[in-house]
Amino acid sequence: MSAPTVDGATTTSLRATTSSSGWRRAVGGRTFWFWVFVAPFLTGLLLFVYVPIGWSAYLSVFDARNTVTPRPDQFVGFGNYLSLLTDSAFLTSLGTFTVFTLGIVPLTYACSLGLALMLQRIRVARTFFRSVFFVPTAVSYVIASMVWRMSIFNGARFGLVNSVIRALGGNPVSWLSGDTPVYWVVLVSLRLWLQVGFYMILFIAGLNRIGKDTYEAAALDGASGWRLFRHITWPQLASTSAAVVLLLVIGAFQAFDEFYNTLATIGNYPPFARPPLVYLYLISLGGGTQNLGVGSAGTLILTLVIAAFGIVQLVITRRLERSR
Amino acid sequence: MADNSFTGFRRPFSRRSMLAAGGGVAAAAVLAACGSNSGMSSGSSSSASAKANLTQWYHEYGEDGVQAAVTKYAAAYDKANVAVKWTTGDYEKAVSAALLTSAVPDVFEYANGPTADMILAGQVLDLTDVLGSAKSDFNQSIMAPRMFRDKVWAIPQTIDMQMLYYRKSVLSKAGVSAPTTFEALVDAAAKVTTKDMGGFYAGTDSGVGVLGLPFIWSAGFRSISSDGKSLDFIDPAFYSALTAYKAFRDGTGLLRNASAEWYDAAPFINGECAMQWTGLWALPKVKAALGDDFGVIAFPGFGSSGKPSVAAGAYGACVAAKGANPDAAKAFVKWLWVDQTDDQVEFSTAFGTHIPAKPALAAKASTLSSGAGADAAKLVADVGHVTDIRWTSAIGTAYSSALTNIIVAGKDPATELAAVASTAKTELAKLS
Repeated sequence: MSAPTVDGATTTSLRATTSSSGWRRAVGGRTFWFWVFVAPFLTGLLLFVYVPIGWSAYLSVFDARNTVTPRPDQFVGFGNYLSLLTDSAFLTSLGTFTVFTLGIVPLTYACSLGLALMLQRIRVARTFFRSVFFVPTAVSYVIASMVWRMSIFNGARFGLVNSVIRALGGNPVSWLSGDTPVYWVVLVSLRLWLQVGFYMILFIAGLNRIGKDTYEAAALDGASGWRLFRHITWPQLASTSAAVVLLLVIGAFQAFDEFYNTLATIGNYPPFARPPLVYLYLISLGGGTQNLGVGSAGTLILTLVIAAFGIVQLVITRRLERSR
Repeated sequence: MADNSFTGFRRPFSRRSMLAAGGGVAAAAVLAACGSNSGMSSGSSSSASAKANLTQWYHEYGEDGVQAAVTKYAAAYDKANVAVKWTTGDYEKAVSAALLTSAVPDVFEYANGPTADMILAGQVLDLTDVLGSAKSDFNQSIMAPRMFRDKVWAIPQTIDMQMLYYRKSVLSKAGVSAPTTFEALVDAAAKVTTKDMGGFYAGTDSGVGVLGLPFIWSAGFRSISSDGKSLDFIDPAFYSALTAYKAFRDGTGLLRNASAEWYDAAPFINGECAMQWTGLWALPKVKAALGDDFGVIAFPGFGSSGKPSVAAGAYGACVAAKGANPDAAKAFVKWLWVDQTDDQVEFSTAFGTHIPAKPALAAKASTLSSGAGADAAKLVADVGHVTDIRWTSAIGTAYSSALTNIIVAGKDPATELAAVASTAKTELAKLS
């Protein structure tokens, strides 16, 4: 199509063509093309996301074991929800993960913002360093977990970190045994390494949106260094920050891959550092089980928790923005 | 074959499946792949006019030659056309997803036979009559714990097991013999430990995962009580067994970290430990590396009422209830896993070391006639245990959590196991 013009004649002729038949109007119209582009994704979204969510909600009120079409006599009402909410292991997993979230979210936030700011300042090899920090994002969680578990943080005396500790005269550390909470070092460093590059890119995009003239104006008023960051950069990044924090929180609550692949052994996952999704997987799908009722109830509870976190965060962000 | 059809918990994981677990299962692809199989209508199964079409599913065995062998067995059957489907990836998830559809595999293997939930959901057929009087030919310690409501739901194909490997030369140099009691194990492990070699190794979780059920059996208990309503091991004698194991872990004899997990014999072969709990599947490798300088024993008994035990398991052949030709499928399963004894021996012993599910056939296998192979076959026959069919994932998860809390964190056994008992009560009520 040609570029839109404000030329009167063109507009009139266009109008004449499009109104000549309803079919042509539909084909040529924006609505038609909207649906052409949106329909495949919308269909996919409905079919593979919303239908399963709805079905999960349906299954969650049944004792649905090894079936997706439970019989009426398997109806248990809120029984699955109640059993999970009175299950101390499930509640512990939620509690542990609130703590994990409170740790990993600020840490990733600070590191990715710090990297973004540093990369904005350097003049040479900026693209190179951007790529270097971004590359871990492309690594699979499973593969990274294997490397962390078997090589870097292997508890044997020849593990990488343990070799360094021994060279410095210390005793090897059992990183993943649960005797001490050092397993958090393994898990947090792994997730940080994997995701920091992605959030760094988001911050770089946010930083690029701040106009140079804003900084120049501030500089004319005598602001520099910390004051520039505090009063210009930070407030201008508010919407990016909100998005980053929300994504980090959701990601933390959905933790599964690196935990499972770092801590599970055949037939066993320790009771510490057990995220809610890992626990639900173990009791509803582990060992050839298919307890879809309990699994569905658990995921819906988790969805509600994540939504609650999201809402709280939204309210706080709005308040902060208004107070400025 | 590279599976270990049991493990301490209710179902076997293959070594591969743990690696695959993080990636999830492409259930949709599996469904698509099997969608074209519908077989013949069920009415034709009894007539001789046309041969029924059957599909038979296997998981991916690690050894070369297994796939060719099972395809050969299926092709040799002349009463039906049997198509073998070799399933890579997370096999159990693939099977349980397929069983929810109308395109089910007619015949499939499942670790230790179907789960109780599969039976209760009506997904598999009762094979008691198919087996008939041949039932007594099979190893009863493999069959009995997998019966449900007094019926047989799967025919065991071949037995795999775990046991304790020890280095003969290292033990004799330290002046100890192969331990037959837990106290002797603790003593031997401490005596053989040096700066370079650990005593006993059973995984980086100190054996909590894999030895969970052997602890129960070696302390002289069953996992589930005979009436099926409660756990059998909630007992002070078992508390003290676990306390003894905790002391063992806190001492010097238990190696806590090694280059590989318990299911890989590398730590034992490399000399990182003098004793290791691992599987029968490691036997060929250990033999190649150490020659005759090793022996195999059961996990020793705890205290005066305990007795040694080994963990065993067997993939079992099941028949899907929704298959188009259930009678033809039953007849095929009987032909292959009950009647074809030569094929059964070949399947068990030609591609790695396993034990035929019928004790009488073990004598025919050259790999089991002498040495450690013969000892392993004897251990299974004498002190082999299989995970009870009522030991669900929820119970297993609660139990392993409690064990970690007791053995690693030093919490009170009575309190921790009471929580497991309460989980089990709810679970077992659903299965009765």
